[in-house]
Amino acid sequence: MCLAVPGKVVSIDHRADPLTGLIDFGGVRKQACLEYLPDVRVGEYVIVHVGFALQRLDEESARASLELFGQLGLLEEEFGDAWEQAARQESGSETR
Amino acid sequence: MKYIDEFNDPELARRLLDEIRATVTRPWALMEVCGGQTHSIIRHGIDQLLPDEVELIHGPGCPVCVTPLDVIDKALEIAARPEVVFCSFGDMLRVPGTGRDLFRVKGEGGDVRVVYSPLDAVDLARKHPDRQVVFFAIGFETTAPANAMAVHQARRLGLANFSLLVSHVRVPPAIEAIMTAPACRVQGFLAAGHVCSVMGTAEYPDLAERHRVPVVVTGFEPLDILEGIRRAVHQLERGEHRVENAYPRAVRDRGNPAAVRMIEEVFEVTDRNWRGIGRIPDSGWRLTDAFRDFDAEHRFDVTGIRTEEPAACRAGEVLQGLIKPTDCAAFGTSCTPRTPLGATMVSSEGACAAYYLYRRMTDSPAPVSSAQEMNPVG
Amino acid sequence: MADLATASTAAAVDPANWTCPAPLRDQPVVVMGHGGGGALSAELIDQVFAPAYGNPTLAALTDSAVLGLGGARLAFSTDSHVVRPLFFPGGSLGDLAVNGTVNDLAMSGARPTHLSAAFILEEGVELAVLERVARAMGAAAEAAGVTIATGDTKVVESGHGDGVYVTTAGVGLVPEGVDIRPQRARPGDAVIVSGPIGLHGVAVLSVREGLEFGVGITSDTAPLADLVAAMLAVTPDLHVLRDPTRGGLGAALNEIARASGTGVRLRERAVPVPDEVANACGFLGLDPLYVANEGRLVAFVPAEHAEAVLAAMRAHPQGTGAALIGECVADHPGMVVVATGLGGTRVLDLPLGEQLPRIC
Repeated sequence: MCLAVPGKVVSIDHRADPLTGLIDFGGVRKQACLEYLPDVRVGEYVIVHVGFALQRLDEESARASLELFGQLGLLEEEFGDAWEQAARQESGSETR
Repeated sequence: MKYIDEFNDPELARRLLDEIRATVTRPWALMEVCGGQTHSIIRHGIDQLLPDEVELIHGPGCPVCVTPLDVIDKALEIAARPEVVFCSFGDMLRVPGTGRDLFRVKGEGGDVRVVYSPLDAVDLARKHPDRQVVFFAIGFETTAPANAMAVHQARRLGLANFSLLVSHVRVPPAIEAIMTAPACRVQGFLAAGHVCSVMGTAEYPDLAERHRVPVVVTGFEPLDILEGIRRAVHQLERGEHRVENAYPRAVRDRGNPAAVRMIEEVFEVTDRNWRGIGRIPDSGWRLTDAFRDFDAEHRFDVTGIRTEEPAACRAGEVLQGLIKPTDCAAFGTSCTPRTPLGATMVSSEGACAAYYLYRRMTDSPAPVSSAQEMNPVG
Repeated sequence: MADLATASTAAAVDPANWTCPAPLRDQPVVVMGHGGGGALSAELIDQVFAPAYGNPTLAALTDSAVLGLGGARLAFSTDSHVVRPLFFPGGSLGDLAVNGTVNDLAMSGARPTHLSAAFILEEGVELAVLERVARAMGAAAEAAGVTIATGDTKVVESGHGDGVYVTTAGVGLVPEGVDIRPQRARPGDAVIVSGPIGLHGVAVLSVREGLEFGVGITSDTAPLADLVAAMLAVTPDLHVLRDPTRGGLGAALNEIARASGTGVRLRERAVPVPDEVANACGFLGLDPLYVANEGRLVAFVPAEHAEAVLAAMRAHPQGTGAALIGECVADHPGMVVVATGLGGTRVLDLPLGEQLPRIC
């Protein structure tokens, strides 16, 4: 289910009903309904499914995930249990 | 593209795979619930890179695959009417109903159109007041906010020529049904990330606890899937069964409250038939009474259509992980991607079609040699 | 599914049945997929046209037929062109009508010389539109170095056509010592594509009614005969050339694998896919390997000539983005297998018909 792709909010048409914005998917631009993220701002990344922005993408969480993957295999030797480390990172990243 | 490229990194994938190999000590069967995840697994060949101990069972999370035959037949009946513009997501057009599909109806003169968004169908209704515009509202929780908004808009705009043919399904009751099947082999779930982007994670702790099964909310890029698998295996090896969020960049615990409110305004929970599986209590949504005027089943009086699945098709057992596609007598004989009996043979990511392709490759006279010599990553 | 390869072998599966195309009886009417360049198109040929007028020349199923005529070898091809909308970023129906046939001829190694042009016009089409199409054809013919030598026009009633349909046929001479056809693919051949893929298909989709999206790319429509001549100057022993139009690279490679009884292994990372194409495909749920091209070719070249041919292609304006993307193998005959970026593999099957946007 559910091909949903990340895109960057380029502009928001506040007069449109429902609330609509232009989303840039890496050089491909398409309108999407922003009604479910009414306080989204230009420049933020959202995840879009069938023309609807469904959720913001959280940059900090993405960074933490990638850092964790990069440390796999190293952690066990240097910091003990990789799992505890992962759990700490995740709880630190749950900002909303 | 940001948030995609980084999560396709081969070096990080190798580290995740190494970690999974280092963690696993015995066989585990994990189900990825979502068809989008199945697509990604096949597309990137992830299943072949995993250690033998980790088996992935492709779950029932493809809305196209589980839309029941009688609803497809209702769609075919409605789409064939001269006054109707029938709008659908593209991948529904090829799913066989009884004796034909939507392509065939189009070929015979029906006005069948592929749209990108349900709001495009609302626009068509506005532009063609003399036509009846029907949107085929299939999908899981991820698609429900879009379909709900479409009918909500139509009512606000007073569009009497717009309606929805609804076949919405929900993930948690499907997991419940799979776990209570007598021969269930699933030991851990990769929950569908984008469903949880909308609904949050609150529905899953109870399932994890009662069935003592890990549930890991998982994304769709290769690293996301490997991370979901890594966490599920880690829990299983430790005898744990918790809900974890391995897709935190797109999933908040509370989901998207505005979207959930809209779903609850427009839809109410109902029992649903799943193609090949059968009736699952509370597993779907239908329009509430306030929106009943926009229900295409009533408008076109097709509620009486009842059709049975082809008896030979065992897609339901496949989708539940009870049998492998190759255990089905129809597999590769009366059922092929060109002549599918069930929806799992329709798309190349369907469990049966995926098996079919691989069997053809591995059974060909000279078996394919190692991928590694071709690819420095392996 | 770690045990995919060792999955139950006890099931009653008859491998001989697996590739057998289904009888046409389950599609008693023509559907859009029959024109998609995939498995349904192939069925139409196998089940309708071949039984009606099949012959050894047609059975070769090449882009253009090569005929011995008066001591010369003549390449002969025809192609009908329908596109909606008629004008799209980077080209128009007129460009496709000329370049499509020029390229089909070039895929036999021929130097195209003359085309015919037959129009089916819908009553009510503005003459200005027809003029634009015709002018585009004239310019494209000049660029390709061919003469439009004969033509025909018919008009159908309003509502019975999409404005303008054009059918072109063309001829050209095949040089001595050149024998290029899908059956000649050999294990060991290098597989080369002449440039970035998917541009035409995505450019047309971006202006398709109901799907419109903004994207800064244009169709790759271009004549390829001159590029082919540059390749033949390196060696006349090119084995196969194909322009991956409908059905894209995936369909073209499958056709070659089936015709030659060889396998093809493709390195996904080596295939040049522009970011905009990848991202447009990403949000529509399409596979760039199945997206149409109108100015690209894929070549099967003996390994010993691969580097020199690649260099000659890159020195030519139509081949600056040429890349070595895989090889022809003896394994898995008739099948195309892709080595994914992660090091796994997947089967790239012949597409059934048109690709559809998907939601899951």
